[in-house]
Amino acid sequence: MSSAVLPDIQMVRHWLSQVPDPEIPVISLTDLGIIRDVEWQGDTLVVTVTPTYSGCPATTVINLDIETALRAKGIEKLRLERQLSPPWTTDWITAEGREKLRAYGIAPPVDGTAADGRLAGRVARLAGTSNLVIACPRCGSTKTEKVSQFGSTPCKASYRCTDCLEPFDYFKCI
Amino acid sequence: MPSLTDVMTADADLAKAAGIRTMAAKGAAPEDAFVDWLCRMGDNCLVLGHRVSEWCGHSPVLEEDIALANTALDLIGQTQLWLGLAGEVEGKGRTADNLAYLRDAAQFRNVLLAERPNGDFGQTLMRQFLFDAWHMEMLRALQSSSDKRVAEIAAKAAKEVAYHLERSADLVIRLGDGTEESRARMQKALNVLWPYTGELFLGDAVDQGMTEAGIAPAPESLKAAWDRTVAEVMVEATLDLPQGTFQHKGGKQGRHTEALGFILADMQFLQRAYPGGTW
Repeated sequence: MSSAVLPDIQMVRHWLSQVPDPEIPVISLTDLGIIRDVEWQGDTLVVTVTPTYSGCPATTVINLDIETALRAKGIEKLRLERQLSPPWTTDWITAEGREKLRAYGIAPPVDGTAADGRLAGRVARLAGTSNLVIACPRCGSTKTEKVSQFGSTPCKASYRCTDCLEPFDYFKCI
Repeated sequence: MPSLTDVMTADADLAKAAGIRTMAAKGAAPEDAFVDWLCRMGDNCLVLGHRVSEWCGHSPVLEEDIALANTALDLIGQTQLWLGLAGEVEGKGRTADNLAYLRDAAQFRNVLLAERPNGDFGQTLMRQFLFDAWHMEMLRALQSSSDKRVAEIAAKAAKEVAYHLERSADLVIRLGDGTEESRARMQKALNVLWPYTGELFLGDAVDQGMTEAGIAPAPESLKAAWDRTVAEVMVEATLDLPQGTFQHKGGKQGRHTEALGFILADMQFLQRAYPGGTW
């Protein structure tokens, strides 16, 4: 591929915004905020990805999906880099991504950021009951209760709505 | 601060003088103590992660099964980061997988607490809490490590461990301050595991080298905060802190209980039987 025809970065980002998260396919990798950088180094496209959770089994699949999507667009020279720092936070989930999660039945993260001290506060509070208000993604009621701190994936907790009685996942803040 | 090289050389000498069988004592390379220390971090996560994963499909209720599996997953993920860095620093081309699957028990550097058998659900949760309370303090301190890679891994892992600690503390309290039966089991778990907690705060020549290089805190320096957390939770859990002072040690230097051999026999079987096998 000659440098004259290298797709511009905005176009590549647009392509990446169409790659779904393998475990929560309703949101894209860019909605999730894990694409940290996209740049051309000479004629090689370098995509920098940050993992969500250290042990998230989707990480390998995500890299494979990125490669598959970009190769399909004609990118020949491609390199994926892992960036640990700054660590991924749910703050990076876009507003659009949050709405998509809610519409899909997953309550989006609501308890602020990992950076604002809530995380440290949680640890200090240890077993104190959560003061977070997690609205039911189905009926909107705020009368919900935590069933378990871990849900169907490491990034989610299990909740139950005491009004409409639906169990649901909450995308917990990290 | 002295240069890394100077400190590591001094550490290797100290290790030799102390007669401790560490990688640093065997080799001349200054990075060896660092590799040893990274293996301690990684092996704690690996061995405990494997132990916790043994619950998969066996927990008392589905939600707890999922929670334990997720905790194990976080720990195995952190293992990949620590052992991956250990392999990188060592510079002999060993990957995290190589280190996990192809070392024998005497080369493992985890604390003995991590390899304690699961026992009942209460004992598993008690072990998790005692470890998490230490892990949280360690990762908090490591975020200001002089080694950028260590600080980055710690920052990542700390977010996950905050959830582990919150959950294990919560359950220790609920089960301790629960029924007569659950309280008795939690007290027994605490008594059984207590003599394995001291090793977390016991420094040796490797730790001293890391502390002098600004890479890691002195193990003893984490004890006050750990004591505080444990005491607070045990009061809420209505459990009595054991008064005994005897503490087991040796895991960090590769002297393990028989429990580790059984874990490795299970965990390493495939790579031992079919070297280099892949999915």
